[in-house]
Amino acid sequence: MAIKVLHHGLATTVQDLGRPGYFHLGIPLGGAMDRYAMRAANLLVGNDEGAAGLEAVFLGPKLEFTEDTVVAVTGADMPARVDGVEQPGWTAFPVRAGQTLTFDFLKSGARIYIAVAGGIDVPVALGSRSTYPIGALGGYKGRPLAAGDELPIGAGNGSGEGRSVGEPLRRLPAAPVALRVLPGLYWDRLADAAKQSFFADEWKVAPEADRMGYRFRGGRKLSFIERQQPFGAGSDPSNIVDSCYPYGSIQVPGGTEPIILHRDAVSGGGYFMLGTVISADMDLIGQMQPHTPTRFVEVTMDEALAARAEENARLEALRTSLS
Amino acid sequence: MPTRYTFGGDEHLFVECSDEMSLEAFFKSLSMANGVKESGIKGITEICPANASFQIKFDPDLIKPDDVLREVRAIEGAAERAEPVIRTRIVEIPVFYNDPWTHETLMRFRERHQEPSGTDLDYATRINGYVDVDDFVAAHSGSPWFVSMVGFVAGLPFMYQMVERQRQIQVPKYLRPRTDTPRLTVGHGGCFGCIYSVRGAGGYQMFGITPMPIFDPTQTTSYLRNFMVFFRPGDVVKFKPIDRDAYDQAVEDVDKGRFSPPVREVSFDLREFQKDITGYNTRLEGMINGH
Repeated sequence: MAIKVLHHGLATTVQDLGRPGYFHLGIPLGGAMDRYAMRAANLLVGNDEGAAGLEAVFLGPKLEFTEDTVVAVTGADMPARVDGVEQPGWTAFPVRAGQTLTFDFLKSGARIYIAVAGGIDVPVALGSRSTYPIGALGGYKGRPLAAGDELPIGAGNGSGEGRSVGEPLRRLPAAPVALRVLPGLYWDRLADAAKQSFFADEWKVAPEADRMGYRFRGGRKLSFIERQQPFGAGSDPSNIVDSCYPYGSIQVPGGTEPIILHRDAVSGGGYFMLGTVISADMDLIGQMQPHTPTRFVEVTMDEALAARAEENARLEALRTSLS
Repeated sequence: MPTRYTFGGDEHLFVECSDEMSLEAFFKSLSMANGVKESGIKGITEICPANASFQIKFDPDLIKPDDVLREVRAIEGAAERAEPVIRTRIVEIPVFYNDPWTHETLMRFRERHQEPSGTDLDYATRINGYVDVDDFVAAHSGSPWFVSMVGFVAGLPFMYQMVERQRQIQVPKYLRPRTDTPRLTVGHGGCFGCIYSVRGAGGYQMFGITPMPIFDPTQTTSYLRNFMVFFRPGDVVKFKPIDRDAYDQAVEDVDKGRFSPPVREVSFDLREFQKDITGYNTRLEGMINGH
């Protein structure tokens, strides 16, 4: 059983839930940017939540199947077609040997997740099948897909066809997006006016938005408390002695354009960070298109943990509904 | 300054031992990171030592953030009382300084540089007060360096020169980052040296290139078969200048699986080092040669 890639879309990669444990060597978590959607797609076709599927951004791939199987597409609203016939999103549908899966244009969101019964069976690298292109690691030959690739598929368990995720359990961000942020890290480097304007201003996703990080523009420039820069930190007030970067941390080089690090993050560097997007909101970022109006909302740790509990409850509801 | 604890969202604890770089701060952060690793605190999924700080990733479904904080704080006291001694490795890295590949690259990005009329080596030589490039290379390769952090991208070592602060080489990064850097370029930015583990963007000044791969996801390089990343935080590095012939020979040896970097296990004692930096470094270097 295999999938033939007839067209790669824009940037389509093999992803699962990621590769924890190697960030101290600069190898990031990787994995689906919208993990909820990835889990849902897998559960729909009867896979383990952590099976490998495809993540495609903005433009869908064109795929031909060599055997009968079951497929589900979740995440962004980008209608799938099998030999030209439209298929419902967030729902498992059959594909027959020789049929071709294509996609219409993106209607909302940014990334679709394509799960196939049995999962994409590329070799496991450091505990994961996720693609880390900078390190040429994991995925299909360590890189995004290209026309002519043939993806091996594992054995499915024959379940799934016709399953669907109920509307209330499907999730896409609604513009303007609110991203909840716990201030911290080097937050106290900011002048009071900057601490206020960062949360008060409306920002927009910049075109430089990918799996490594999402850049934002449109808010006022942030100013810093003056200081003699510490030895080794570099001369710009936004510089620090190179440190690790948390996933979701927000760095603002030069005080101008905030960058939120995501699943393929660089593991460290010399820019101050003002805080971190809470874990419950990280999946949403993966569904944001350039120009999406965005506000950052200040929360406390208790609020962050409560939001995480809500997300966990939603995931439990998804599991229950598909079991 | 006292150690500063701050949360990176609900999944990370960030511990800054000092806001300025020093060997003491590096030592404390590495000791604490190692202490956290040994403690086996439940729910911790990543421990990342950095230059003067470190970061822990945890699963808040398994352990409350405040409990992580409490347990890590308890380790700080033990780390401070511990002997400032680490068991580590010293490794000799051959470097072809002023090589044609980084030279070609730096010429391509000259308009992004502080001094478009010279090379990166010329610039670093001048602003650090060395007589000429040979004099600068002698300083760069004349003392060992601590790998104070591995990261940015896969397997890239940040290195801190093991000399008195006033003797440390310092250079600003490029005015605007390059979009290309040859794989295995030996670079420098601020007070940190690095080796680019993969080809890609970069902002550090480029001084030379090593023939020795330090990251190999295919794990076919003879000394990277067990693990694809060569460096670990705490490694001690000594650069050895080589010429074009030795570089070509080393590249061939790597390809044929015959290359193995000289590596020795060593015990590093910060107090002894600080008493006599030059003498201690000489003894460390002697160990590479089996003395």
